[in-house]
Amino acid sequence: MPQMNMVQAVNEALRSAMRRDKRVVVLGEDVGKVGGVFRVTAGLSEEFGEERVIDTPLSENGIVGCAVGMALYGMVPVVEIQFSDFIWPAYDQIVNELAKYRYRSGGEYPAKLVIRTPVGGGIKGGHYHSQHPEAAFIHVAGLKVVCPSNPYDAKGLLLASIQDPDPVLFFEPKRVYRAAKGEVPEHDYLVPLESAKVVRPGRHVTVLAYGAMLYEALDAAAKAAEKGVEAEVLDLRTLWPVDIAAIVTSVKHTGRLVVVHEAPRTCGFGAELVSLVVERCFYHLEAPPVRVTGFDTPFPYTLEMEYMPLSHRILPALLDCAKS
Amino acid sequence: MIELTLSGQLELYRALRRIRILDERMQALQRQGRIGFYGTCTGQEAVPVALGFALRPSDWVFPALRESSLMLVRGFPLETYLAQVFGNERDVLKGRQMPSHMSGRAVNVVSWSSCIGTQLTHAVGAAWAAKMRGDAMVSAACLGDGATSSADFHAALNFAQVFRVPCVFVCQNNQWAISTPASRQSNTRTFAERAQAYAMPAERVDGNDVCGLLMTFSSAIERARQGQGPTFIECVTYRLGPHSTSDDPTLYRTEAEVAEWRMRDPIARLARELEASGALDPVLAQAIDQALQAELEAALTCAEAAPPPPRSSLFDDVYAALPAHLLEQRRELFSTR
Repeated sequence: MPQMNMVQAVNEALRSAMRRDKRVVVLGEDVGKVGGVFRVTAGLSEEFGEERVIDTPLSENGIVGCAVGMALYGMVPVVEIQFSDFIWPAYDQIVNELAKYRYRSGGEYPAKLVIRTPVGGGIKGGHYHSQHPEAAFIHVAGLKVVCPSNPYDAKGLLLASIQDPDPVLFFEPKRVYRAAKGEVPEHDYLVPLESAKVVRPGRHVTVLAYGAMLYEALDAAAKAAEKGVEAEVLDLRTLWPVDIAAIVTSVKHTGRLVVVHEAPRTCGFGAELVSLVVERCFYHLEAPPVRVTGFDTPFPYTLEMEYMPLSHRILPALLDCAKS
Repeated sequence: MIELTLSGQLELYRALRRIRILDERMQALQRQGRIGFYGTCTGQEAVPVALGFALRPSDWVFPALRESSLMLVRGFPLETYLAQVFGNERDVLKGRQMPSHMSGRAVNVVSWSSCIGTQLTHAVGAAWAAKMRGDAMVSAACLGDGATSSADFHAALNFAQVFRVPCVFVCQNNQWAISTPASRQSNTRTFAERAQAYAMPAERVDGNDVCGLLMTFSSAIERARQGQGPTFIECVTYRLGPHSTSDDPTLYRTEAEVAEWRMRDPIARLARELEASGALDPVLAQAIDQALQAELEAALTCAEAAPPPPRSSLFDDVYAALPAHLLEQRRELFSTR
């Protein structure tokens, strides 16, 4: 089985989907000849031509709006937004149009497309190349939100996202684009949406994480184990609709919860996860749930490693939670 | 396309009157408290009628507020159209949109939002998809003068021209975006010249001349169908009524201005031409109106009688299938009352 990084795995998924289904087209800024600024779409233009791998004018609202129109007419566009920080001009199109078409038309005009975009910090990108905006999309009725952490899941989740009948925001953690490597089958396979995965079993405390922060959570869990605390780490993989059953099972088992995410804390996805758990597992909880997150500041440039919820911040939270 | 013979023009006249009578009735229903909201297109009927007759049934329309009635021109059942105004069980939109936000797959008129200009890139994308698939479909992107200031307007015109998609932009310059005059939208002399800035062929035409519009639209549609790319058409017209039933135009414009445009009413104009050629007289005009009134009253009686959509439908169509969290919320709804 070939070893791949996430860039290669996403590229494989796109290539395979385009080979199988003529309706699939890729569009975005610099996705064609140059293959995207992270080279995720490298080689697709050569294989499928510039009619299906489309370099667009620089306009996020234009890209998403046109993709919505293509989707209405039966194509399956896979849009690339170069950095998730640039997605906001398209926010109206995503929230008011893409997410609402099926509902407002009484089911007559579903608009299905996938928006892929790199997210997250730790790459010296400053505020405009580092944001992790999942909460603003999870909040929107009609959208699905996916965030893989490794190459195997990236390929399987992207193929599942392309097949899924609903619009999907596919967030790619750019900090581990090339750092996360693993075996990826050459054949097509699906990682079902709405399925979290226990990546490290444990009995003292549940840790929920996704994307690049999964590795920080795993690092903290390994260090906690040296101190006798066994953390169970879940990779959520699909953020919305979230696999609440898997979360509840784990928390009922451990009685304690730590949530980790890069995005700012206030009204972040962690707030929703804690609420969901408290509503369902209140009498199983033995300690207050804890959030380890980015701070409620703009994403900084020089001090980015102070901002991010890295292992050294997760570990004490985890130990405190397990012992309180 | 309809032939501009006298009988063809009479058919246009009948279509125009149908919308005028419908809008007057809906305006009255809103005042009576029987419907919540309505946006008339009084004074602007020529554009939806001409566009409806110029397009093929397989062409797609992306309407804005003053083009919904085009669905009727394309054969959508009046009773179902009215059910949307009441948002009831017979509404194909299942009561999910305000009145005057109609759409219908049966006549290829696409769903639209109240956000201005957002539908324009969708029209471009659909036309682009048709081009990729080798279909002969042309899309019509409808907008008003206000939409020319939106970000999506510029994106749509730019993408349409760069990728040469079969899309026709139909701009109704009715002089007013609620209370904001056209002169506040842009310092350009015309809206058509904004399209020229994107190297797109553009025309500025009389929006109250239904026969002239029919020919203008038809040639732009044909041009698009032949693969020669998009066209922008600015139709100069006037909104004789309020923006919607929630608007009071006396706050921002003079009666003298309205009176001047009333003289250019597109329906009265066609009637004069038909009368001059002997194809229409007051007796026939009255007969046409009476038949339209009767059709409207019968449809209205049926439409108004329908019950609201079922409670459970609140959760349908958010996603293709009901996810766990919505299933749970639906149970919550059913556990009350």
